[in-house]
Amino acid sequence: MSGPFLLLHSDDNVLVARTNTPEGTEVTLDNGVVRLCQSIPMAHKIARAAIAAGDTIRKYGMPIGIATTDIAPGAHVHVHNIRSAYTPSVVLQDADGRTG
Amino acid sequence: MMQGWLRSDGRKGIRNTVIVAYLVECAHFVASEIVAGFRDRDVQLIGFPGCFPNEYAARMMERLCTHPNVGAVLFVSLGCESFDKVRVSAAVDASGRPVKTLVIQKSGGTRATVRSGQEWVEEALATVADVPRVPMAVGDLVIGTVCGGSDGTSGISGNPAAGRAFDLLVGEGAACIFEETGELIGCEEIMAERAVTPELGQLLRESVQKAERYYDTLGYGSFAAGNAAGGLSTIEEKSLGAYVKSGDSLISGLIKPGDIPPHGGLYLMDVVPDGEVRFGFPNISDNAEIVEMIASGAHLTLFVTGRGSVVGSAISPVIKICANPDTYRALAEDMDINAGDIIEGRRTIDQVGHEIRDLVLAVAGGRETASESLGHREFILTYKSFDPIGPACLPRMA
Repeated sequence: MSGPFLLLHSDDNVLVARTNTPEGTEVTLDNGVVRLCQSIPMAHKIARAAIAAGDTIRKYGMPIGIATTDIAPGAHVHVHNIRSAYTPSVVLQDADGRTG
Repeated sequence: MMQGWLRSDGRKGIRNTVIVAYLVECAHFVASEIVAGFRDRDVQLIGFPGCFPNEYAARMMERLCTHPNVGAVLFVSLGCESFDKVRVSAAVDASGRPVKTLVIQKSGGTRATVRSGQEWVEEALATVADVPRVPMAVGDLVIGTVCGGSDGTSGISGNPAAGRAFDLLVGEGAACIFEETGELIGCEEIMAERAVTPELGQLLRESVQKAERYYDTLGYGSFAAGNAAGGLSTIEEKSLGAYVKSGDSLISGLIKPGDIPPHGGLYLMDVVPDGEVRFGFPNISDNAEIVEMIASGAHLTLFVTGRGSVVGSAISPVIKICANPDTYRALAEDMDINAGDIIEGRRTIDQVGHEIRDLVLAVAGGRETASESLGHREFILTYKSFDPIGPACLPRMA
């Protein structure tokens, strides 16, 4: 494992933060380098490439939800832009991980 | 070589605990006062709070009080509750363990009952000290795994390492149980493929579908707000992370709480009640899951946490595996294993899996876990209802 983000499976369209990664960090994706527009807490996800609304989100090579908006490469992927295909997720105000 | 306390049913215990069990909340305080007199000795409190009868609770209490880690049992009844104290006491008596029931209404009230209870426990401690110890092999062990306070690290470090330990232990003949079908939603197809027979695979699939219906009716998935703060976005993402703690072994059977695995291998525990939705959420907190593992004979439980849980359990030790390196640093005294090393690149999943396996054997041999040494002995038992499992659930027995 190296770099701040992990690719868990080759089919995935998200990467997972290995550590709390500051805003402005440059991340090398398949289609070029992006600069994080917000800090990403440990274990949170970013888009590996552009994701369209309605696309399936894949992690571990498996579906973990559906995009509710278009998501730019390198953007935070979480409860604000994806939803469960099963039951809705309960979140409190600390869901962005900043105060949690 | 591990040594176990030999019980009359042939099972062997890794602890030799005297249990004080209240049979309704109204007897809770008196029971806890009895236990308070034995702070540094192996006397533990369990109980059932309800005054209404429930077959699940009755069966769970019987299983718990005849668990191989238990040497003797004192029941504390108020007197007018509906719990069938004669039946549970007879089950413990039939197992060859010392057992006594104190009824507060007939014992002179709080102080007199506490005094009688403490006298009985003192005698029971002397009696259980004479239970024979015999050699014990890995194949004699039943091990459960749960996860709680999960975050996005759980599925990357702690759960895969627990899965690796399960593979090693199943390979050595242990019975290993994983659970929470409500946290396997989205994994039903990949899990069904690992069943030893197609019929069992179909039952595994149906158990998860039942959980999905159940939680859907209740309006919430098994997904806490802290899961989202820790980076998990959906129940299926949480599920996939939780699923990996089952490892790669074939799945030998499907059991329900209180069913004891008939031989070594990997088992799924179906924890979601059968029939219409009633009595509320299937497991209202992590200790409810741990108690069900123990009722199915678990000698100890692996507990993977990312956000950071501090709990232990009555009856069977809990080994806490911390998935998140920051949480480990914050709560080190409460953790047994730092799987956060995997996230930080210092150790591999395989290395931590071996460390967990070695610690299981050490704890089975008498070493205290972090929660045991801190005095944690959490316990919770509530209402549920289940139908019995059918023969296709345990194919090798059919």
